Amino acid sequence: MLTEHEQHEIRAQMALYEQPAAVVPEALKLVQARRGWVADEDVRDVAAFLGVSTAEVESIATFYSLIYRRPVGRHVILLCDSVSCWIMGFRDLRAHLTARLGIGMGETTPDGRYTLFPAVCLGACELAPAMLVDGILHGNLTPERIDEILAGYE
Amino acid sequence: MATIYIDNEPYTVEPNGRNLLEVCLSLGLDLPYFCWHPALKSVGACRQCAVILFRDENDTRGRLTMACMTAARDGMRLSLTDPRAVAFRASIIEWLMVNHPHDCPVCDEGGECHLQDMTVMTGHVRRDYRFDKRTHRNQNLGPLVNHEMNRCIACYRCVRYYRDYAGGRDLQALGWHDHVYFGRMEDGTLESPFSGNLVEVCPTGVFTDKTLGRHYTRKWDLQTAPSLCVHCGVGCNTMPGERYGLLRRVQNRFHHEINGYFLCDRGRYGYEFVNDAARPRVAADPDTVRGWLSEGRVAGAGSPRASLEANAALRALVGAENFYAGVAPAEHALVALMRALLEVHPTPPPSLREVEEADAVLLLGEDPTHTTPRLALALRQAALRPPMAAAGATLKIPPFDDAALREAVQDATAPFFIATPQATALDGVAMQALRLAPDDVARLGYAIAAGEGEIAAALRNAQRPLVVAGFGSGSPAVAQAAAAAARALGARLCFTLPACNSLGLALFDAPGVADMPRDVKTLILLETDLFRLLPDAEARLRKVKHVVVLDCLATPTVAAAHAVLPTATFAEADGTLVNYEGRAQRHFRVFPATGDVREAWQWLDALRGVTRTFDEVTAALAALPAFAGVEGAAPRAEFRLLGQPVPRQPHRTSGRTAVTANVDVHEPTTPPDPDSPLAFSMEGYQGHPPAPLTPRFWAPGWNSQQALNKFQQEVGGPLVGRPTGVHLLPVNTGAVPAGTPPPPFQPRADAVLFLPAHHIFGSEPLSARAPGIAALTPAPALAVGAALYARLGGGPVEVRVGDAVLTLPLREDPALPVGTAVLPVGLCAEALPAWGTLTGGPRDA
Ligand code: SF4
Ligand code: SF4
Ligand code: FES
Ligand code: FES
Repeated sequence: MLTEHEQHEIRAQMALYEQPAAVVPEALKLVQARRGWVADEDVRDVAAFLGVSTAEVESIATFYSLIYRRPVGRHVILLCDSVSCWIMGFRDLRAHLTARLGIGMGETTPDGRYTLFPAVCLGACELAPAMLVDGILHGNLTPERIDEILAGYE
Repeated sequence: MATIYIDNEPYTVEPNGRNLLEVCLSLGLDLPYFCWHPALKSVGACRQCAVILFRDENDTRGRLTMACMTAARDGMRLSLTDPRAVAFRASIIEWLMVNHPHDCPVCDEGGECHLQDMTVMTGHVRRDYRFDKRTHRNQNLGPLVNHEMNRCIACYRCVRYYRDYAGGRDLQALGWHDHVYFGRMEDGTLESPFSGNLVEVCPTGVFTDKTLGRHYTRKWDLQTAPSLCVHCGVGCNTMPGERYGLLRRVQNRFHHEINGYFLCDRGRYGYEFVNDAARPRVAADPDTVRGWLSEGRVAGAGSPRASLEANAALRALVGAENFYAGVAPAEHALVALMRALLEVHPTPPPSLREVEEADAVLLLGEDPTHTTPRLALALRQAALRPPMAAAGATLKIPPFDDAALREAVQDATAPFFIATPQATALDGVAMQALRLAPDDVARLGYAIAAGEGEIAAALRNAQRPLVVAGFGSGSPAVAQAAAAAARALGARLCFTLPACNSLGLALFDAPGVADMPRDVKTLILLETDLFRLLPDAEARLRKVKHVVVLDCLATPTVAAAHAVLPTATFAEADGTLVNYEGRAQRHFRVFPATGDVREAWQWLDALRGVTRTFDEVTAALAALPAFAGVEGAAPRAEFRLLGQPVPRQPHRTSGRTAVTANVDVHEPTTPPDPDSPLAFSMEGYQGHPPAPLTPRFWAPGWNSQQALNKFQQEVGGPLVGRPTGVHLLPVNTGAVPAGTPPPPFQPRADAVLFLPAHHIFGSEPLSARAPGIAALTPAPALAVGAALYARLGGGPVEVRVGDAVLTLPLREDPALPVGTAVLPVGLCAEALPAWGTLTGGPRDA
């Protein structure tokens, strides 16, 4: 079930678009903001609310890599693997992160604390290598710097 | 006319808003493609159709461009063979094949695969890719369509067909990047009743025919013949395929004016009734029957699902005055009325192609998706095309640029109005969908005829308006109102018909079987299940001394017969059928009947003691004024090409199994066919036969269905050669019988008006016996409006209508007009609509 608040927010978005299907990305972001990811029932609820088919909502949900269709950890790390960061040491950072967390890309730590994803250019090439943790940008990364940052989440 | 230079050769072409790919293919040139489809048009997604286009004769470099996205213009210069274009096309295939599993030997598409054909055509013959391939989990899409996603090349044809063209809502492109997935959100039966076309639309083995898969045979081993769908009155053209006495599948056989590229799922998957183990197979002694006939007082009932020839042979046997139409009384009267209304209408009934070209539609009382499904798919195009054409003209988008046109129109539709008691699958494309009881639908029709209201105004503005009604409502008042509206608006008039030869049987002008005297001594029932037609069938049959039933279905009437003569199905018989347009078309035997089974007309001739060829039966039929010209539906049996018949089997070198079959496969000698210009053989004329005789689409290098390109006058256009079918229905023959609007519908306190509900799966008796169709047939339930549902809950309730008493669960349909309920047809022989009662049934017995 969509909450009152979500319904209200989605309705506000609907006023901005001609086609209800165009509201789907915003609606999914709103749902994800509440529970961290988008479950099957959320897809159905959004579809029913907007009057579009579940398949259409699912096609949009699975198109955007930042809409999570499976549970993620409490903190989501997006490590940039685009060209500037790659040159500036992405591979070492990846090795460090996966070793430290004991997970591969796209996985969640057993304690549910972190999920690790690769991401395309974060628009912060001047700070490369860079990553986002829960939407907060961290640049000029080194393995040591990563340890310091993650200590703040533990 | 324009001149286009292709590799420096001048060609005279008619650009006509066509793109360069269509022009090249129409010229017979081989240019590979994937995402373009003649009915779905272009999106430029696959990049397979690349050519080099030159600015003028001085331009020696040119530029690479997609032929399917470039409009043909006079003086254009292009190259198909430029090494850069050739290399580009080969590299596209190479990339597409990176993730393709190369599993042709176990793929049902193998041997008739567009991807195979295009791979060979581009010369990509070496595999250099050494890495892992992405793999997908497949979905169970129900009993009709198989899913094998690893074979996908992401051409997007499936979703463009299913969603954009057919209006399906549950198939989508999911994911992104190199793992795009074409499927549903979760496993489950595809919802669209036109899902089977995916099998032919998909150029690879992702979507294949699940029913074929259970008795799989490669295309090159199938015996095929030009045939017709027998599951409703539309008359779609089909190509059934057989091997070893088993019908293996039905494929679409392109007919420019009727089915085009698509069939409905009833038509594609209904064929398995032919293989039903319960079919009558043992014949009574014909001499005994002949003895009964000599006792006198004989009557016969013909059938709307039997060919003209079978009906004519029965009529000849029993005499014209003893020949009755094996149709329920109400349906018999309604079909006769519709025929009469069509004959006085100023214009002939529209072909499906003309339906698609309509620019305003009024649909009265009918839900064609469940009665004549292919018509519904055509009507959908009529709703979508006018706004696309308008957007194309305003925004200067070429007519083939499908994605741009759909983007421009979003969900705009043409003037399209529906008035039916129940929701229809076309409501989504209608400007207005009204829920009215049949009498009120009729009143609306008359009001529109009188020019009242905004619907009349919208239809009056149209260039090519169309009015559709039919047997589905069961209401003569609606049919009459539809004819009145069509005449007043200057519109085409289209009536749906229930069976493949309903109109053909009506042309015999025989009284209905209910009018048959009860004291006949011998009754011959040709493919007529009396229990489906008459509530008093049992009493009537008990009175008859000798009941002789000729049928291919195991019906209750067959069980009650004193003598059964098993008849051939459409796949084992030649015959002529008359569709809803009055078009007589011929279907040919796909394979010979075995054992006691014989074609119905042969049984009936044998009972009469005559031996005729099929052409002689047709010629005798053509002597009746209503059937004049009917023999023109197809060439006569002695027709030969270079002295040879047309082989039903692919030529000897077409595939592995057949190549040395004359040496190492021991099969019975091929039976002769005295009744048609086709042969049960691989040997014969190997070129293109006339359209009505084309048993399969195949051309060198083109093994898939898309070899069709080579059989058309231009891609997407009519087949080369004569048009198929002859029109039997006269038009504009006189004044319209004046109908008057019925009084407004009044709900009654003491009774409910039961309306008929047809379903694409289950309402038609032949296809209902196919396992795939049976699996999708909904469990019978009575639909009631919100008030009744609130009172009675989910049931069960007891329905009393006429003499029938039925106990049924309830289903809610909130939009139903108050005072009505909707009863699935076929549960009882009572004519619907009919008043009856509804009581809360025995809850716990
Ligand atoms: S499933 Fe078939 S039609 Fe659909 S994108 Fe893949 S190859 Fe094309
Ligand atoms: S059932 Fe009717 S609409 Fe469907 S394929 Fe057969 S003839 Fe066409
Ligand atoms: S490449 Fe990493 S931020 Fe731009
Ligand atoms: S057919 Fe032209 S790009 Fe696909």
